[in-house]
Amino acid sequence: MSIENVTTLLSAEEPAGRQEAEASGGWLWLRAFTSNRLAVAGLVVVVVLTLFSFLGPFFYHTDQIHTRIGMETLRPGTGHPLGTDDVGYDQMGRLMVAGQTTLEVAFGAAAVAVIIGVAWGALAGYLGGLVDALMMRIVDALLAIPALLLLLYLATVFRPNVLMLIIVVGLTAWLVPARLVRAEALTLRTREYVLAARTMGVRTPTLIVRHIVTNSIGTIVVNATFQVADAILVVAALSFLGLGIAPPATNWGAMLSNGLNYTYSDYWWLTYPPGIAIVLTVVAFNLIGDGMRDAFGLDTRRQ
Amino acid sequence: MIRFLIRRCAQAVVVVLLVSIIVFGLSRLLPGGPARAILGTHATPTNIAAFNRENGLTGPLPAQYWHWLNGVLTGNFGFSYVLNQPVSSLLAQRLPKTAFLAGVSVVLAVLIAVPVGLYQAVRRGRADDYAVTTVTFVLYSTPAFWVALLLIDVLAVRLHVFPAEAPQGSFSAIFSDPGAMVLPVLTVTLVTIAAFSRYIRSSVLDELAQDYVRMARSKGTSRGAILLRHVLRNALSPVVTLLGLSLPFILSGTLITEQVFNYPGIGLLAFNAATQQDYPVLLGVVLVVGIATVAGSLLADIGYALLDPRVQLASDGGAAR
Repeated sequence: MSIENVTTLLSAEEPAGRQEAEASGGWLWLRAFTSNRLAVAGLVVVVVLTLFSFLGPFFYHTDQIHTRIGMETLRPGTGHPLGTDDVGYDQMGRLMVAGQTTLEVAFGAAAVAVIIGVAWGALAGYLGGLVDALMMRIVDALLAIPALLLLLYLATVFRPNVLMLIIVVGLTAWLVPARLVRAEALTLRTREYVLAARTMGVRTPTLIVRHIVTNSIGTIVVNATFQVADAILVVAALSFLGLGIAPPATNWGAMLSNGLNYTYSDYWWLTYPPGIAIVLTVVAFNLIGDGMRDAFGLDTRRQ
Repeated sequence: MIRFLIRRCAQAVVVVLLVSIIVFGLSRLLPGGPARAILGTHATPTNIAAFNRENGLTGPLPAQYWHWLNGVLTGNFGFSYVLNQPVSSLLAQRLPKTAFLAGVSVVLAVLIAVPVGLYQAVRRGRADDYAVTTVTFVLYSTPAFWVALLLIDVLAVRLHVFPAEAPQGSFSAIFSDPGAMVLPVLTVTLVTIAAFSRYIRSSVLDELAQDYVRMARSKGTSRGAILLRHVLRNALSPVVTLLGLSLPFILSGTLITEQVFNYPGIGLLAFNAATQQDYPVLLGVVLVVGIATVAGSLLADIGYALLDPRVQLASDGGAAR
């Protein structure tokens, strides 16, 4: 679990302190978000890197399947703007292909984490009582195990590919959204409109989806953004530990860790491009998350 | 207070039991079960049956769990067939090293991050506040292993100030060669500072906006006295909770750091166990770390309740503000 999640948890213990910003117009938060220059800059970075990764290969053709002996670790220059890596792949083209898997896994894992977390948290918070207590102790127990250790284990049992990474990372990351949404659900379930809906005979699943989840959407979206940032770092760490994706598939974390084998040989173009891509993307998603948190008026603590 | 303590301890016991069930469940997740994982793919059904009988792996799952739990409670964490040692003795060798690395780094991180956060909050919105925020933000967004290798690149390869490998061998090797500990400790410290400083800054900002600060100022207390005597004390109590909850985060950091510097702690033990399919060891580490984390957050909650009389003890899930 990342520290961003820990600190979110700490401030999530008092959901009563949030401002009721939604009431004053649905689009107000969008204006609040766009007035935050850092958050907009983050959004621009994400869009640019996404376009670079997914549309780039249509304009910049490189062979990312076959290794080329004799073409390895060429310096950046004509023909290869960012040089070639240790098996002769064009580094720029590799950055695009790696960006695709990085972003796919990050978004996918965040989606898995948020879906499981929201369902678990909303159910626990809405039902309350003993069920809630038991469900949240399970969350506590899983939170007590460092995600990286769990991932080490899972990655040895299941061979990693894109889909497996999405599921495995998602399965270790749903705990924080679960706690956040559960805190929201605890206060929401005592609101008059929820009570009214219940007396009118709305079924529990409908009620949870229509009222609890919908009204926690701010919290959910903000957390999802941080989850994307976290997933990128987690996948990078897994690649470094040798449990990433098998070549020729790659991601930025795998490129970076691979390049780090040459720390002693001054091949700076093997590490800095993927490293900077990771830092830029993670910073961008954290800025977007911060911006949205402020825009939704979720956390009055952070100024 | 007593009721709060009992309630919170009971909760911790439940969580520890759940951790043990999760670990037990994980060991059953293995394709073919633990016997297949340990004996290898060529084991005959007879061998597997014999292994299962010897290790209490027969009968219904709850009975197996009970057998395993009894072993754990008497200090029997299983046996590493790869390292040919009981898991408990491996843990006893490695645990102090990780505790030392994590402990020194966290103490350093708090000693640095708290004054920095205080300074940032006081200078809020000025150039130096933004500069520090930018640095910690970027550091926070950088993979820990890259931070470690950049430190090696600069301080070990180019400047030759500190060695790139951590001290090996027994625990006393750390003290005979303290220079070799600098880079591992620096890595974990930097990563932890990056994580803490943002929270400390906003925690101090929160306190600065309180009425008691205005009150102290209007009766003529000096700025320094307000900060040190009032604000710092109040801003520190959430940090105690943060410390308790960040144990898994810090241990993830030490795992990476141990791997980079080849520092023989439980992180490296777990990593090697994972690559060599040595599941008893890996699960032993998971269990011990899980228990340590539960204990950590229990201590943090109690410490927080002791430090801050405003805490409502009756609240669910421990101390709430």
